[in-house]
Formats: sequence, C-alpha cells, structure tokens
Amino acid sequence: MSVNEEARDIRRRSWRDVDLRAVAPFAALALLLVVGALVNPNFIGMTNLANVATRSAFIAIIAVGATFVISSGDLDLSVGSMVAFVASVMILFMNSGVIADPALMLTAAVVFAVFVGGACGLANGLITTVGRIEPFIATLGTMGIYRGLTTWLSQGGAITLREPELQALYRPAYFGSILGVPVPIAVILLVTGIAAFVLYRTRYGRHVVAVGSNSDVARYSGIAVNRVRTIAFVIQGLCVAIAVLLYVPRLGSTSATTGILWELQAITAVVVGGTALKGGAGRVWGTICGAFILELVGNIMLLSNFISEYLIGAIQGSIIIIAMLVQRSLVRKS
Amino acid sequence: MRKKLLGLTVAALALAFASAVQAQETKTIGVSIPAADHGWTAGVVFHAERVAKLLMAEHPGLNVIVKTSPDPATQANAVQDLAVQGIDALVILPSDPDPLVNAIKEVKDAGKFVAIVDRAPSVNDGTVRDLYVAGNNPALGEVAGKYIAENTPDAEVVVIRGLPIPIDQQRQDGFDKGIAGSNVKILDRQFGNWNRDDAFKVMQDYLTKYQKIDVVWCQDDDMAVGVLEAIAQSKRTDIKYVVGGAGSKDMIKKVMDGDSMIPVDVLYPPAMVGTAMEMTAAALYSQVPVSGTYTIDATLITKENAANYYFPDSPF
Repeated sequence: MSVNEEARDIRRRSWRDVDLRAVAPFAALALLLVVGALVNPNFIGMTNLANVATRSAFIAIIAVGATFVISSGDLDLSVGSMVAFVASVMILFMNSGVIADPALMLTAAVVFAVFVGGACGLANGLITTVGRIEPFIATLGTMGIYRGLTTWLSQGGAITLREPELQALYRPAYFGSILGVPVPIAVILLVTGIAAFVLYRTRYGRHVVAVGSNSDVARYSGIAVNRVRTIAFVIQGLCVAIAVLLYVPRLGSTSATTGILWELQAITAVVVGGTALKGGAGRVWGTICGAFILELVGNIMLLSNFISEYLIGAIQGSIIIIAMLVQRSLVRKS
Repeated sequence: MRKKLLGLTVAALALAFASAVQAQETKTIGVSIPAADHGWTAGVVFHAERVAKLLMAEHPGLNVIVKTSPDPATQANAVQDLAVQGIDALVILPSDPDPLVNAIKEVKDAGKFVAIVDRAPSVNDGTVRDLYVAGNNPALGEVAGKYIAENTPDAEVVVIRGLPIPIDQQRQDGFDKGIAGSNVKILDRQFGNWNRDDAFKVMQDYLTKYQKIDVVWCQDDDMAVGVLEAIAQSKRTDIKYVVGGAGSKDMIKKVMDGDSMIPVDVLYPPAMVGTAMEMTAAALYSQVPVSGTYTIDATLITKENAANYYFPDSPF
C-alpha cells in the first residue's frame, strides 16, 4: 500500500515537472504539421521542411536575442533595420578589397560584422539605460537611424557582393550542410543551446529574469540593473550579427527593403514561444518553435490550393491567434 | 589715385550688377521626385541628376534644381519651396499623386509649365498639367505574356505578383491578354511584395508544390534575384527561363551576356523622368508643342538591344 502510494506520488511529480507552458508551443507546432500534411502531401517531405526550417533561421536567431531583451522587461524595435545595416556594411567591407586573400577576407568580414552588430546593440542599450529613454522610443529612433544609413549607403539601390571568388567561398554558409543538416539549422541549434545555457544556468540569466519581473526589487537585491539590461541589448546585437552571417550568403546582396518588419516577426516569435511580453520569464526553445511556426504558416498558405492570395494575411493572423489559444487552454488544464 | 580706384570699383560694381540682371533672365526647371527608398526610385534619382547635368550643359543659362522627398507631405512642401524660388517649369514624379494635386495645381495656375511623370492623379487633364509622361503597366505584362506565348507555347507558368495595388493588377491583366489564345497555363499567382527575400520564399514553395515548372514570370528584376537563387538551390533543371521587368542593371547585364535563365527583360525605365525633363526643356527653348500624354513602350530588351539600356553607374 505504501509502495503503491509512493509510485503514485512519483508519477504525479513527474507529470507536474513537465511545464505545460513550455510544452504548449510544441503542441501548436505539431498541430500545424498535421494541418500542413492534410493540405498538401508534398508539405511533409524532408526538402520542404528543411527549406522552411532553414528560412526561419534569420527570425529564429534574432528572436533568441529578443528573448533576452524582452525577458529583462525591454523591447528592441530596431532589429530589422539593424540586419539591413550590418549586412550592408559587411558587404561593403568585403567589396573594399583591403585583404587580398579571400579566406582571410571572409574571416575578417565575419569578425567585423559581429563587432558592428555588438556595437549597434550597445548603442541601443546605452541610449535606453544611460539616456533613460523608454526602450520603445529609443529603439524606434535607432530603427530609423539604421534604416536611413542603409538607404544612404546603397543610395536607395542594392549593395551586391562583387567578388565571385568570395561568393563561392561564402555560399555554403547558407546552402551547405553538415552531416546532412543544413548549416543554418545547425547554427540555430548552437545559438539556442548557448542562449539556453546562459539564461537558465548562469547568474547573468537569473539576473535578466529578476530585472524583468521587478526591476526595483532587483535593484534592492544588489543587481546592477542597468548593466544587465545593456548586456541584453548587446546579446540582441550579436544575434542580429549571426543572422546577418547567414543572410548575406543567400542572395549576396542587400537593399533598402532588407529586413523590413522583421522586428515584429521576431517579437511575435518570442511571444508565441511562451515568453511574456511584460518580461520576467524567458523561453528560448519556445522562441525557436515560435519562429518555426510563423514560417510554417506562410508555407502552408502557399502550398494550399484553395486559399485566395488576397486572404493570406488574414488567415496568417487567425492561425497565430488560434495557436496562442491552444497554448492557453493547455496551460489552464494544468 | 584714390579717385581712379573708386571709379574702377564703381565700374566693377556696375558690371557685376549688369551680369546679375542677365543671370535673372535665365530659366529654371524644378524637378521634384520621391527619395530613393528602393531600387526603382533610386534609379529615378540617378537619371534625374544625370539628365539635369546634360540639360545644363546643353542650354547655358538653364538651371535645373532636383529635389527629393520621402513622402507626399514633404513633397508638397518641396513643390511650394520650388515655386517660391521662382521656376519656369515643374517636372514632378509624385510619390502619391492625389494628395499632391493641389500643390501641383498652384504651380500650374501661376502659368508655369507642368510635367507629371509615371503616376497620374485621378483628374489628369490640362487643368493640372501640360505634359504627362507615363510608363505602360498593362504593356509590361502583355509584352512578357506574348514573349512566353511565342517562345514556349505550351509552358506551365508560375507568377509572382507585387503588392495588391492597381498597377500590379494592370500588369496581371496585361499578361493574361498577352497569353490569350495560346496553350500557356498559369499554375499559380502569389504575392512577393516586390521584395527579394519574399520572392525567394515564394519560389521555394512553388518548387515544392509543382514538380514541373517551365517559366517564371515575376514582373520585377528585384524579385528575379530571389527567384534565381531559389532555383539554383533546388538544382531543378525543368525551369527554362525567368522573365522579370523594369530594367535593372544586373538583369540587363545578364541579358547582354546571354544568360539562358534571363533571356529577356521588359523595360519600365526609371529614366522616364529624364524623358519628361528633356521634353520640358524643349517646350521652354525650342517652341515645339509637347503638351499631351506621352506613353513609353514596355520595350522588350533582348541581347541585341540591351546595351542601349545598360547604365553600370546607376544604383538600380
């Protein structure tokens, strides 16, 4: 009898250990996969799913950074413009030809892009914390600045990678694969793994969540609130730079319209993934799932034969709301 | 000595005054265009500045002022500023014609020559402008449709549209007219928002959805960039060619080089702003009648004539 009770206890505990809020986005994803398979048999093919996962890489990686910013109670609206800006200066750097050897040039360009991304994030962070400006307004301002600089650099046109040798060398970063896994997917997993470790297993990660839930309490507990918030913005900048490293080899060019509205997609991915927009809780793996869901919705729409092209936006909106409702109902049951 | 110097100064001043009076007799053309916010408008800015230099070299005493504005409200202000500076003619490519019609009318009512380019207001007659230079959106679709129907009469075509706005619809209707009566079959039409990344996605999905595609019509050279990349990635060989449109330097270069995937391009030239400027100068100087509507053909750019439309220095 006592053994029986104990067994029941263990079962109950293990059931309780599974955080339904964390599982819910994956349930929504599974539901979408079923819907997709019903819509078009080609949907469930490996090529298609790999295409979609690869395509979601940009938003997914940016959204991982956004998870940090949002968890710490801030918001970054400048990420879409930042992608365009970092990608443009990276291509201009490679076109400048300051280093003759292509491999060395590429390495330098990668370091340069990561540096510019980090600097852009730092600027956002300092304006928000040192300048004490609402993050919404501060990053709305830098959004205009990064976009304007991109348009100016490109004179409104396109900035294209000119060196064919560099292009050939760099192309596999988007189109290649490691052990059958497309490179961008591997990068998503790596970035998310590191981000999850930082957010869940380090002191800094716990500080982020503490600042996001209540910055006053965090300050009284001796956390350097402004430093935590600034670093979150820098992480966001670095994530943007990593997304750019994957973006540039795809088309080898940027234009003034690169990355338009990506900030909203990234924020949507974070929220669909189960992170609260008001801060105080971060779910990195959920964010990835959210980014994948967003990309899948568009893919299913296109593959279906019965949805008018004029209605796609409306149905995308509805599917996101339904996905959120499915999550809510799962959480309530627990 | 001092008197002599004074006399010299007076003479010099008189000379300067005389030349200033002469300078006031010069003519001024004001050019108001949207700021370069994507490839095509960047081309407009490039060609407006290029033709302005040509015209000023051709007519000594002619002053051409080119002003760019990011949105209709700013452009209305820019038009007023130009009018205050004193212009003899206005060439305007309105970012959105209807909100700007009053600002344009003010210039017209003051008796100046007005040329509108590309985008016409709902009331587009002699009360608003003297000259209207237009690109031909229906023809852009029709020329592409005819080329596909003639060269691949049984083609199965996927179409990538721009944004759901009237000029996109005109292009689609023109395309349908172009392929009418042939066996060309349209498999699908989806929006690519005139954006490279979106066109890449749409093309990837088309490739998943259809096992056989003969031709892609994406009516825009920016989108063609994404389409070509998606096809290259899939390693599919069934797609015979892609037809874009507008005439960007990258795509025209491909046509010139005989790229089999981009055999032709259909012109919708940003240089049309230059056409309007040249005709306006003709109206001011040569006493030739230019009032009316001038529609630029959607020329089919082939390997033979591509060099005429290739501007390697243009941003577009």
